[in-house]
Amino acid sequence: MLIHSINIVHKMSRLYKLGGALILSLMLLVSSSQVRAQDAATAGGADAEKGKKLFTENCAACHAVTADKVVGPGLKGVESRTPGKDWLHKWIRNSSALIASGDQYANQVFNANGKVQMSSFPNLTDADIDGILAYIDQANKPAPAGAGDTSTAPAGGGQTASASGPSELFTFVLVALLIVMLLVLGVLLAIVSILSKAVSPATVEGAEVPSAFGQRLKTGLSNAFNNPTLRSIVIWLFLLVVAKETIDGAYGVGIQQGYAPKQPIAYSHKLHAGQYKIDCNYCHTGAQKGKNATIPAANICMNCHGVIKKESPEIQKIYTAIEENRPIEWVRVHNLPDLAYFNHAQHVNVGNVACQTCHGEIEKMEVVEARSSLTMGWCIDCHRRTDVNTKDNAYYDKLVALHRKESKEPLKVANIGGLECSKCHY
Amino acid sequence: MENTSKRYWKGLEELRNDATFVKNANSEFANPDLSESSNDLEEGLLGGSNTQRRDFLKVMGFGMAAVSLAACETPVHKAIPYINKPEFTFPSISDYYASTFVEGGDYVSVLVETREGRPIKIEGNPSSTISKGKTTARAQASVLSLYDIDKLKGPKRGDADIDWDTADREILSQLNSVAAKGGAIRIVSSTILSPATKAVIADFVAKFPTARHIMYDANSVFGITQANQASFGKAVIPSYDFSKAQTIVSIGADFLGTWIAPIEYMGAYAKGRQVGAMAGGKKTMSRHYQFETGLSMTGANADYRTAIKPSQEGLVVAALYNKVAAKVGGGALSTPSVDVAHLDKAATDLANSRGKALVVSGSNDPNVQTIVNALNNLLGSYGTTIDINTPVNYRQGNDQQMNAFIDEVKGGRVGAAFFISANPVYDHPRGAELAEALPKVQLSVSFADRADETASLAKYITPAPHYLECWGDAEPKQGYFSLMQPAITLIFKTRQYQSSLLKWAGKPSDYQAYLKNYWRTTHYSQASGFSSFDAFWVKCLNDGVFEPNAGAASAGGTSFSGNVAQAAAAIAQRYKPTTGMELSLYEKVGVGSGAMANNPWLQELPDPVSKACWDNYACLSQKTAKDMGVAQNDMVTVTVNGKSVELPVLVQPGQADNTVSIAIGYGREKAGKSANGVGKNAFPFVSLTGGYATYSAFSAKVDKASGSHEIAQTQTHETVMGRKAVLQETVLAAYQKNAKAGRYEPKVQTSEGPVNPTDITLWNGYGKPNHSWGMVIDLNSCIGCGTCVVACNAENNIQVVGRKEVLRRREMHWMRIDRYYSSDADVEDYTALEVASANPEVTFQPMLCQHCSNAPCETVCPVLATTHSTEGLNQMTYNRCIGTRYCANNCPYKVRRFNWFKYFDNDNFDYHFNNDLGKMVINPDVTVRSRGVIEKCSFCVQRIQEGKLTAKKERRRLAPDEVQTACAQSCPTNAIIFGDLNNPESTVSKVVMAEQEGRAFHVLEEINVRPQISYLTKIRNKDEEPKDNKNAKQETPA
Repeated sequence: MLIHSINIVHKMSRLYKLGGALILSLMLLVSSSQVRAQDAATAGGADAEKGKKLFTENCAACHAVTADKVVGPGLKGVESRTPGKDWLHKWIRNSSALIASGDQYANQVFNANGKVQMSSFPNLTDADIDGILAYIDQANKPAPAGAGDTSTAPAGGGQTASASGPSELFTFVLVALLIVMLLVLGVLLAIVSILSKAVSPATVEGAEVPSAFGQRLKTGLSNAFNNPTLRSIVIWLFLLVVAKETIDGAYGVGIQQGYAPKQPIAYSHKLHAGQYKIDCNYCHTGAQKGKNATIPAANICMNCHGVIKKESPEIQKIYTAIEENRPIEWVRVHNLPDLAYFNHAQHVNVGNVACQTCHGEIEKMEVVEARSSLTMGWCIDCHRRTDVNTKDNAYYDKLVALHRKESKEPLKVANIGGLECSKCHY
Repeated sequence: MENTSKRYWKGLEELRNDATFVKNANSEFANPDLSESSNDLEEGLLGGSNTQRRDFLKVMGFGMAAVSLAACETPVHKAIPYINKPEFTFPSISDYYASTFVEGGDYVSVLVETREGRPIKIEGNPSSTISKGKTTARAQASVLSLYDIDKLKGPKRGDADIDWDTADREILSQLNSVAAKGGAIRIVSSTILSPATKAVIADFVAKFPTARHIMYDANSVFGITQANQASFGKAVIPSYDFSKAQTIVSIGADFLGTWIAPIEYMGAYAKGRQVGAMAGGKKTMSRHYQFETGLSMTGANADYRTAIKPSQEGLVVAALYNKVAAKVGGGALSTPSVDVAHLDKAATDLANSRGKALVVSGSNDPNVQTIVNALNNLLGSYGTTIDINTPVNYRQGNDQQMNAFIDEVKGGRVGAAFFISANPVYDHPRGAELAEALPKVQLSVSFADRADETASLAKYITPAPHYLECWGDAEPKQGYFSLMQPAITLIFKTRQYQSSLLKWAGKPSDYQAYLKNYWRTTHYSQASGFSSFDAFWVKCLNDGVFEPNAGAASAGGTSFSGNVAQAAAAIAQRYKPTTGMELSLYEKVGVGSGAMANNPWLQELPDPVSKACWDNYACLSQKTAKDMGVAQNDMVTVTVNGKSVELPVLVQPGQADNTVSIAIGYGREKAGKSANGVGKNAFPFVSLTGGYATYSAFSAKVDKASGSHEIAQTQTHETVMGRKAVLQETVLAAYQKNAKAGRYEPKVQTSEGPVNPTDITLWNGYGKPNHSWGMVIDLNSCIGCGTCVVACNAENNIQVVGRKEVLRRREMHWMRIDRYYSSDADVEDYTALEVASANPEVTFQPMLCQHCSNAPCETVCPVLATTHSTEGLNQMTYNRCIGTRYCANNCPYKVRRFNWFKYFDNDNFDYHFNNDLGKMVINPDVTVRSRGVIEKCSFCVQRIQEGKLTAKKERRRLAPDEVQTACAQSCPTNAIIFGDLNNPESTVSKVVMAEQEGRAFHVLEEINVRPQISYLTKIRNKDEEPKDNKNAKQETPA
């Protein structure tokens, strides 16, 4: 449902872009600066602010700041129910060591949570942990902390909507605002003209009364309006902006850069690839072998989750899928058009291109987002820039030798036919 | 300059220069004429309204705008991984499984290419010494039949769907009641190649002793087995080795196309015909005589061909025997003499090549076959070209038993009848009688995959799956075994008939286990070097074949003991000269006997000789047609023995005068959407003479009927436009003297005198630093079978367009096999030309994109949709193409095809690709083209890219011949060789290097487009030089 609604918003905004090019041209300039301003507003702050950041990065995958249990227990009042800050410092940095040392409370917590081991965070300093605790406290204080509501949502849960929502919503709101502003302007002008009409008989009687502001404005405007140069400049500017927006809009059709749909399971690359540094190939087994990198089959998830965090509702979805023998329907994020042939093995295995080159910093993404435009220009550009990975590959020996004779430059993909049509289209 | 005044034409229309032909020749892309009544497809597409093109465009324009606005929303695509990924299967990477294509008696050992568990392509299995990694058109097309939506989805009782438990219960109870009464139980099948299946049937017979197994073939060769019984005491078909024969004489046997086992004979025949670099420098080749009624594909390849009437067939064999016997010593037969051309010559050649001669006959008359046996015995063929001690099993049908079965059914003496891959109601001459009598049988069960003509009359249909879903084995030749394994799980609720029979016989119904056990007890003992049976089984499954007899010398001698005099007397009695019309029935290379008729790839495969598709027709010679006052496409009524059909006329050069040839395998009524109503059923014309199916009639009546029916032919769609450098040929003697004999080497006049066209050019050319993909096509090896065409269809997702669109010359085949008739008559003498066309020489020339280095198409494309690569490929980018068709207009080879419609997803093109099941056959590596773009051969660039990637992944260079195009891979005669011209180790570069100063030529060399494809001259093993070589006129160079 959510995916659907996002797409409706998406669609409407597209229609706006194409249809109302004028309004949008003005609007987009405003909206983009607005969004940036919003982002900036969240930066800075005290311990709790830093704690919030650390919390989202490290803890939110398993814990909620409220009393609700996610994977691990809810953290509301964690400071008061545990033996104290020192204990928490030790526990967070290395919980298994603390359990092994025979600490009574540690073992109690461990057993109470199904003996699922909590990951260790040796990088967190005492100050960091205190910051996190401060944030938890702050989040649970009732009044001004509106932020607490959003962060209580299960990790990843509602984030897709809020991640892609604002810019769409802003466009919407700003369009509405502009219309309101134009209406207000219209009304104001009407009032001014009525008022100036009302005032003018008096001026006749009073003679020589200095010309009203409205009158001057009116003459000024009509002069400007009657000035052909100014008028054509305005018209041309208007046409150029419309043309640019139309072209930009048309180019944008089918491009899904920034597309980050909600997935059926809130899988976090940030957690798996970033924090635990699991190799991409461990799950995406096809990347070295064939065209498809492949989304891992449920049996690959089960290699770890057969024991780890079995009770997590997200992981339970995998169990359900296996039990019902119904595959998980992930939403495809990178949609290359059918007319283009792309093979992962050529790039990952032969070319030794890092996953991040095309997919962005996937290890930092909670929800996978299309970072590249996947346009032909983008492909070609990379083929022009990239050196061929010829090292220890006998296939390229002949080509390298030929290229050395002709050029001192390194061998680029473009030099060996990387720009030819039937490399990708057949 | 040699051989330049010979005139070639593609059809009589071109020769006569008919007005419609000229019109069509001048407009490559026919614009439909809406006033014609036959254009109801166009009407269908436009909803039957009077919408004209402009209105249509207006509506389309609005629609497009609306759609593009709506399309701004990006649809949500799902990515669905496996729940539990099979360990060794990776999406996008093909897996190959060895299996066996069996259709009736046709056999090919195959590798099935599967993607994510669905078969998409059939390749030949190189491990097999029988099919040697090669395929036939039918084997290639069989993968499409797997996804035929017209098949049954589960068992049926009459018209009602039932489940398997019900079917088993009801059939078993009736079976028991029949058995209790002692009623006869009959299992009717076409030839069964599988020994394990025969064991299953034996088990069934053991349980129900009143059961008997009857085999019959729609294209019977029962006469051969019976003749061999009489001659050698063995009711078998021997192995023939055409590669060892120096002189081949065939009397009516289309052994390259349809007779017994073309998959074996094609390769062997070509081996004997190849010369030069294709055959290690050999400069000799076999000589082939053909005596036949209609012009078959085999006849088209013959050096000397004589058109005879069916009534002369026996006499020709006997006369040949007499003539050979006179030379090598032997008693003469007392048969009337017959005067046909080339008979003396053939006899001389046969006598001169004793021990290296082979005579075959397509006749199903055991007397004729006895004489053929005697002749081969006289020539010492047994033990050399014929091996009777290694019999083949391709045809095991017994016409007499089948005939008796129909009598039994009519007499109400059959209690239960089972039909295994048999459709006698359609393909038996007494089918109509059977159809009438079948309801009398208490229990009738068909295992057909669809409710065909016979199954629809049976009480139960318990459908068997397609061979790609089955376990099985085959023994095509004694001691050569082959395994069949499923490449996909069952698509519908079907069950192998072996399992059904086992179940009803009260045995465990797991046929896989049964098969494995059968191999354990039967074959494991013959194998050596395996630690366990499982190791042996896995090896056999991997290889697909187990051939303990391969390479072994034939054991046992032969002693001919046939009664030649008696046979001669029978021939003299039966074969008498006639004056009226005679009928000859033949099979087409694609559709065959009609079992696979619902396969659109086969229906659209043009007949090698007539180039007609989607129809059968009455072939008449030009003279006969003229005498009768009929022309091409006119309807005639053919009547034989009181049965008649109406068919359109096809004027066929090479057809014997006063004969009519009709293809069997057409006129299906219940085969499915693609086959129903295509052509007319000619099986009722088959007669049973002395218990042998006879595929000819000495007395037929052909009357002009009203109306006409246009035959969809692809032959006249492009012309050679009077150019002289398309086909280059010579005779063997001339070639032996001069390897360049027959070559046409054009010169261009310059101020410095005449130079080669390749020496002057406007273009800078393209470097080919890494690979240079090229091809060699040997015109001597190409027999015109069309396997490459079907392989190309399967590999490249080529659309089927149907009869009406073919009539508009809009077929989409990327490669075609041009068939040229030629004549020795003087080019100026049109009357003489027409006489000569009665029995023309034929040349086949596969034509596909030549990947010109100076490609004319590239320079005219306004949007750069067709460009050149650094590997010698002429690239076509569909998503850039805007459909101006300038490229096609500028292509000198006419190999670019235009998509007039979006053929997929279009119910007007109901050829399996408009439903999800049919689409499973689509090759995921190749774009499915949409409407409005040009397409053409890409040299299977997807395979090139895949091959290169494999090499790169393994950090090595490509091995020579590692990458193969679909056409080259499937070619049963190795006529097409593909590879990297830059790699001196590759076969293609070796052949090109060796033949550079020999047979290799480029088509239309004088226009200097520098194709990547070289052709090798056609060599005919004829004594006389082509006529115009003798009096070749000196022409001034162009």
